[in-house]
Amino acid sequence: MDFETVIGLEIHAQVKTESKIFCGCSTAFGSPPNTHTCPVCLGLPGVLPVLNKKVVDCAIKVGLATNAQIRATSQFARKNYFYPDLPKGYQTSQFDKPIIEHGFIDIETQGISRRIGITRIHMEEDAGKLIHDERDPHSFVDLNRTGTPLLEIVSEPDIRSPQEAAAYLKKIHAILRYLDVCDGNMQEGSFRCDANISLRPVGQQELGTRTELKNMNSFRNVQAALEYEQRRQRDLLLESEPVVQQTLLWNPDTGKTESMRGKEDAHDYRYFPCPDLVPVTLTEQWIEQIRVTLPELPDDRRRRFIEVYGLSDYDALLLTESRERADYFEAVVQRFRDAKKVANWVLTELLKEVKGGDIADCQVTPEMLAELLDLIESGAISGKIAKTILSEMLVNGTDAATIVKEKNLLQVSDEDELRLVIRSIIQDNPQQVAEFRGGKQKLLGYFVGQVMQQTKGKANPKLVNDLLTKELAG
Amino acid sequence: MKISQQEVEHVAHLARLHLSREELQTMTGQLDTILSYVAKLDELDTRDVEPTTHALSVTNAFREDAVKPSLTQREALANAPQHNEESFMVPRVL
Repeated sequence: MDFETVIGLEIHAQVKTESKIFCGCSTAFGSPPNTHTCPVCLGLPGVLPVLNKKVVDCAIKVGLATNAQIRATSQFARKNYFYPDLPKGYQTSQFDKPIIEHGFIDIETQGISRRIGITRIHMEEDAGKLIHDERDPHSFVDLNRTGTPLLEIVSEPDIRSPQEAAAYLKKIHAILRYLDVCDGNMQEGSFRCDANISLRPVGQQELGTRTELKNMNSFRNVQAALEYEQRRQRDLLLESEPVVQQTLLWNPDTGKTESMRGKEDAHDYRYFPCPDLVPVTLTEQWIEQIRVTLPELPDDRRRRFIEVYGLSDYDALLLTESRERADYFEAVVQRFRDAKKVANWVLTELLKEVKGGDIADCQVTPEMLAELLDLIESGAISGKIAKTILSEMLVNGTDAATIVKEKNLLQVSDEDELRLVIRSIIQDNPQQVAEFRGGKQKLLGYFVGQVMQQTKGKANPKLVNDLLTKELAG
Repeated sequence: MKISQQEVEHVAHLARLHLSREELQTMTGQLDTILSYVAKLDELDTRDVEPTTHALSVTNAFREDAVKPSLTQREALANAPQHNEESFMVPRVL
């Protein structure tokens, strides 16, 4: 039997603010426990939370960037449950009147574009952090994170495969980074994702029983967890066994999903409007003010890269996946006009060396890369040597010209000098020369290799080819 | 009856209240009286009335995104029944 996979994602994105959502405590990460709290975020009696306006501005930005409707009036609600990381006994969130509704984004997998609906985006506060120690019968509670502003972005169950889930997640991540509303750091938890997944026989309208997946803190983990869960559910269904509706934790070490220990109650959150926070009403004027500040977004930038720089669709997609990468590329192009060459160097050489790290943090500035490309263009160094030079630039931040000078790496383009080398090689390899002249054309590569070895890779390859062909002809 | 004993039990559980059998009976009776009294409001026709969440007509109370001093760690932990000088301590939850 063939099954169709149905996935919906819930993303929690930490809004890039200095202070918390309802009080003036700092949102800085990594401070000593319980040093960023006050009576408001500790939930002490008699306090009054006041909404951080920047959170509203950021929510509007995301709404505009995801083609969504922005509610003229939205309202906070209390989501009631008991857990030690939640000092008030409720999370201040939004329920029936979220600030953003009915949006969508387009994603692409294997060249096919699909539209994924966004049900809602709402503002809420984060909970604190619990620290457990296996040997200690206590849990330790750090409330620094309590009250950190979040945007919860809920997709429609429109996603049909783990690959699509990863593509959707990357797209939302890119949009938030372009808008500069979230730092997107998955390891520190400022961009988190939960997934709902179910299977149903192809053609069936009714949804199958779903499971919820948590604890996936990288794009790769999200895809791997969903692939695992897809397989697990398919196996169960093929055996006519029921899928149990439950919350599962992804264990990246075993590559499996695990049932959450310490079962929670069936949730009964008893939402009700928060009497402490007055409704948020947005005017057209406010929304317009935000609209004019929107930067160029990934899709637009990608289209422009294709049109203006003549890049391939694929290169343009990779370059615009992150704002830093796209900015870097354009900064190099400012100095070195051959955009396709720049794209090649950024995407193949630079990204390979940076190894998934942040291009903005790398030692080689766009100016330095442009200078390196100039050196190749002018014939001063060969492309091959340039790659070696780039590796060195990345290690210690030295500029290309200095490395070339220090290591004496200038390309040898002097015909007389190269001819001397070639002639001595011809003299030393009479047998190969005879074979070559006898028709074994592919031996040319052998001679080129010899020349390169003797010149330590510095010989101008084109010149070597020309001279060799002439000299070998006899 | 406006509320059943099971519902009271459920709500008590959600609020982490432990009620004895007698308390449960008393509470169910009292809550039922209260709810019956409030149910009088159902007699009003409110079809054309917007739900009201706030008695005030004020909207948009905001603060700017600026950091203010927090409590010290010692102050933050001052009311905790148990702490280790830096974190609140609770029975292990995992």
